[in-house]
Amino acid sequence: MENKIEIKTAKFTVKDLMSDQDVRWCPGCGDYSILAQVQRTFPEIIDSPKEDIVWISGIGCSSRFPYYMDTYGFHSIHGRAPALATGTKLANPKLNVWVATGDGDLLSIGGNHFIHACRRNIDLKIILFNNRIYGLTKGQYSPTSEKGKVTKTTPYGSIDYPFNPTMLATGSEATFVARSIDRNTKHLQEMIKRAGLHKGTAFLEVYQNCSIFNDGAFALLTDKETKDDNVLVLEHGKPMIFGKNADKGIKLDGFTPRVVDLTSGQYSKDDLWIHDEFDESPVRATILSTFTEVPGLPTPIGVFRQVFKPTYDEGMVAQIEDVKKKKGEGDLAKVLLGANTWEVN
Amino acid sequence: MAKKKEIQQLNEVTVRFAGDSGDGMQLTGSQFSNTTAFVGNDLNTLPDYPAEIRAPIGTVYGVSGFQLHFSSEDIHTPGDSPDVLVAMNPAALKKNLSEVKKNGILILNSDTFDLKNLKLAGYPTNPLDDDTLEGYTVFKVPISKLTEKALEDTKLSNKDVARCKNFFALGLMYWLYNRPIDNTIKWIEEKFKKKPEYVEANTLALRAGYNYGDITEAFTTRYSVEPAKLPKGTYRNISGNEATALGFLAASVRSGLPLYLGSYPITPASEILQYLSSYKNFGVKTFQAEDEIAGIVSAIGASYAGNLAITSTSGPGLALKTEALGLAVMTELPLVVIDVQRGGPSTGLPTKTEQADLLQAVVGRNGEAPVAVLAAKTPRDCFYMAIEASRIAIKYMTPVILLTDGYIANGTEPWRVPSVDSLPKIDVKFRKEKEGFYPYLRDEFLARPWAIPGTPDLEHRIGGLEKADIYGTVNYDPDNHNKMIHLRAEKIKNIENDIPLLEVDGEQEGELLVIGWGGTYGAIKEAVAKARTLGYKVSQAHFQYVSPFPKNTGEVLKKFKKVLLPEINLGQLAKLLRSEYLVDIIQFNVVRGLPFKVSDITEKIKEVYGGKNGK
Ligand code: SF4
Repeated sequence: MENKIEIKTAKFTVKDLMSDQDVRWCPGCGDYSILAQVQRTFPEIIDSPKEDIVWISGIGCSSRFPYYMDTYGFHSIHGRAPALATGTKLANPKLNVWVATGDGDLLSIGGNHFIHACRRNIDLKIILFNNRIYGLTKGQYSPTSEKGKVTKTTPYGSIDYPFNPTMLATGSEATFVARSIDRNTKHLQEMIKRAGLHKGTAFLEVYQNCSIFNDGAFALLTDKETKDDNVLVLEHGKPMIFGKNADKGIKLDGFTPRVVDLTSGQYSKDDLWIHDEFDESPVRATILSTFTEVPGLPTPIGVFRQVFKPTYDEGMVAQIEDVKKKKGEGDLAKVLLGANTWEVN
Repeated sequence: MAKKKEIQQLNEVTVRFAGDSGDGMQLTGSQFSNTTAFVGNDLNTLPDYPAEIRAPIGTVYGVSGFQLHFSSEDIHTPGDSPDVLVAMNPAALKKNLSEVKKNGILILNSDTFDLKNLKLAGYPTNPLDDDTLEGYTVFKVPISKLTEKALEDTKLSNKDVARCKNFFALGLMYWLYNRPIDNTIKWIEEKFKKKPEYVEANTLALRAGYNYGDITEAFTTRYSVEPAKLPKGTYRNISGNEATALGFLAASVRSGLPLYLGSYPITPASEILQYLSSYKNFGVKTFQAEDEIAGIVSAIGASYAGNLAITSTSGPGLALKTEALGLAVMTELPLVVIDVQRGGPSTGLPTKTEQADLLQAVVGRNGEAPVAVLAAKTPRDCFYMAIEASRIAIKYMTPVILLTDGYIANGTEPWRVPSVDSLPKIDVKFRKEKEGFYPYLRDEFLARPWAIPGTPDLEHRIGGLEKADIYGTVNYDPDNHNKMIHLRAEKIKNIENDIPLLEVDGEQEGELLVIGWGGTYGAIKEAVAKARTLGYKVSQAHFQYVSPFPKNTGEVLKKFKKVLLPEINLGQLAKLLRSEYLVDIIQFNVVRGLPFKVSDITEKIKEVYGGKNGK
C-alpha cells in the first residue's frame, strides 16, 4: 500500500497563501499553528493551481480560518460547512475542497451533515479544531467537553457524555481518520499532507488549545515533561511503543488494549500490537479511538485508518456519463413533448 | 346486441372517481384524463388522496379521489361539484355524496355494499335501499362480480383479479362518455410489458366494462363532449410538478449552466426531485441530501461554484431553510427555492393545498432579508415561472422563491408544447478579469459579480457576516451596514422594472376588481366570467410576482371602487397590499385544504355588490 508522501511541484508559495486580513485569534490560540502548518504544507501537496482551492467553514473561532487563506473561501452558517462544501464539490469536482470547523460546529449543530459526508465518501478534507469548549460565545461546554466539566453553562459540572470524534468518523465510514496536536507542528504537517492526498472524505482531528476558555486542556499531551508518557504516535507497520524511554508498549488481548512494560523482560516488541493503517475492518481503529476514554492508556495520534473506495463525486460524474451513453445526450424538445401528445389543427 | 343508445351532447362534465386508497383511483383518473386530453377536450384535474399510503380499507378517511373537469370550451378549474361520481365502496359514497350535483349520476360498485363495509363507512342502513340517494340517477353495478366473471379464464389469483376492477369502471366510463379505449390499452401494454398475464387481465376488465355499458338495459343514454377549440399546435397533458421540473431543465439548457438540485423528499414536492433525477443525460446533478437544510446549503455551495442551483420543498421544509436563505441573501448568490405549498401549520395537511406560506416567503427571515417571490398560477404556468425565477436569480444575483401549491402541483391540464427556440435565453456573465475586480462591486442592476472558484486571480472570501460595500470584506461599521441593508432592498425592488405589468382582464376601471395570486387563478377567472354573464361589471387581475409587486399595482388597485381578494389563507396578500399601497381590500378567506369553488367566489362577488348587480 502506498504510504509515501509525494512532493509535488509547487504551483504557488507559502506566501501566496497568506491573505491581506489581520489574523484575529487570541494570543496563544492553537489556531495559529494550524493555519501556519496548512500554509506550509499546501505547496507540497496540491498540484492544482491555487484558484482551485476552496476553504469552507461554519461558525466559531476556527471558522474564521478561510479569511486568512488567500484562496477561495466561504464562511457559512453554523454547522453547515460539510453540506455547503458538498454542493461546491459536486458543482465542480475538480476543485480542492477543505472544511475548517470546530467541535461545536461539526459535532453539535452540524453532526448530521458530518456523518452523512463521511458516509458518502465525498472528496472533502475536514479539519476539526477540537478545543473542547465554545470559544466564540465565550466559554460554554461543547460536545467534546469531558463529563463533569465546569463552564459558564455547567456551573455544577457537565452531566453530558462527550462525543468521541475519531470513533464517530470511523463509525460513519470515513475513509481517512487521523488525529494530531496543534503544538506538534511536524506531526501536524504530516497529517495535513496525508489528509490532503487522500481521495474521499478525510477527517483530521486536531487537538487545539483555547488559551482563553480552556487553556491547558491538552497540556498533558504537549508539555515536555509529560507528553512522551501520554502520547502514542501511530506508525504504519510498527509496534505501538511509547514512553520517555520507549519503554512501554500496547498489547492487544482480544479486543482489550493493555499497556505493557518493555523493561521487565516479560514482554518484547514481538508481543505488541502492530499498527495497520490500511486495515479494511474498522474494528481496530475503533479500539484506538477508545484509548482516550480508558485511564492509563496513552492518547494515539497519527492515521487511525485509511481505506480506499470510490467517492460520491466520482460516482455522480460517472453516472451522468453512463446515462448519456445509454440514452444519448439530452434533447430538450423531446423531453418537453413527453410520451403522449396530440395535435390540434 | 342491445338496441342503439341515444347520444346526448354536453358542453362540460365533471367526473369524480372515488375508492379505497388501494383501489387505483389515481391511476383510473389519470388514464381517463389522458384519453380525454387526447380526444381534444380542455380539462383540469384535482387528485385528492389521504396522507397515509394505505389507510385502513373501507374507512372514510382511507378514501382516495380524483376529480376531472372536461369541456368543449376553455376551462380553468377541476369543477365545483361532480356530475358523476364513481364510488367503489360505501365509504367513497359517504365521503363524496354531499358534493355531487343534485340529480347527478352515481355509479356504485354494488358488490361492496355489504354489512361490513356499510358499518366501516358509518351507514346504519344500506343507502341503496333507503331514500339516501333520492334525486340522483343511480346505477348499481356489480363491478367486483362482473370483473371476476370477465377474468374467470385467466390464471390470476383472486387478489389480482380484484385489483383489475378499476379498469372495469374505467371501461364503463369510456363507454358512457364516448371515448376510445385504445390509449389505455396501449398504456397497459407498455406498463406491464414484463407481465403478459396482467396485460391480458387488465385489458379484459377494461373491455368488459365498456361492453357492459353497451349491453345492459340500465344505461339508455351515452354522452359526448366535442373537442375544445384550442389554438393550433402539439399538446400534452402536464402536472405542475412536472412542468416545474421541465422549466428548470429548460432554464439550464437556455443558460448553458449545469443544473444542480439539492433536495429532501417532502410531500407534495418530491416529484420535482424525482423528475429531475431522471434527466441525468442533460448533466443534471440531483443530490438527495440528509435533510432540508443540507438541501439548500449544498445548493448555495453549488451556486457559489457556478451551477444553476435550486432546492425544492414544501412549507415545513421552507421553515428549515430559513437561515440558509439569509446566507444566500448576504452572499448574493443566485438560487431558486421552490415551495409547493401544503396545508399548515406544522405537519398540517401534507396532501392538501393551501396558500399560507406567502408571508413566510416574503418576510420570514431574521434581519432585513429581501428575496424575489414568484407564484405560478396554473400547472403549465409552473414551467414558465421556473424559467423566469432562474432568469431573475442569475441576473440579479439573488435567491428567488417560487411558490406553487399542492393543487396546481398535482393537478393537470393540456399544454401546448413550446418550441425550444421560443423560450427565453438566459445570459450568464462569470467574472473573469482581474482588473478592477471587487466581490461586491455592483452592475447597473445592483448585482455583484459572479466570480467562481477556479477563476485565476479572483480568489476572495464571502460569508454570512456583513460585507463592506464594494470590497466584500467583513465590516461592522454602522453606516456601511445601513448602506448595505438599503442596497439589498433596492436591488430586489428594482426587479419591478424587469417584470410584466399587472394586467387587468375586463374593464380597466370601475366598480369591482377581483385579484388573487398563484393557484387560485382558474377559480377566480371562471367566477368572474360567470358573474359577468349575470350582468355584474367585474374585472380580474392576478399576481404572479409578489415581491416585488408589478410597478403599476397601486395604480390598478386605485382605479376600482372595491377590490376583492380570495385567498386560501387568512389574508396574507391582503396584508402586504394594504401596507404597501394603503388601499382597502375585501378579503375572502376559505382554508379547507381544497381549491376555491367557482360558485363560492361568484356568490362572494354578488354579496360584495349587495345584490344590485351593478345595474
Ligand atoms: S477564544 Fe479560544 S479558540 Fe477562540 S480564538 Fe481565542 S483562544 Fe482561540
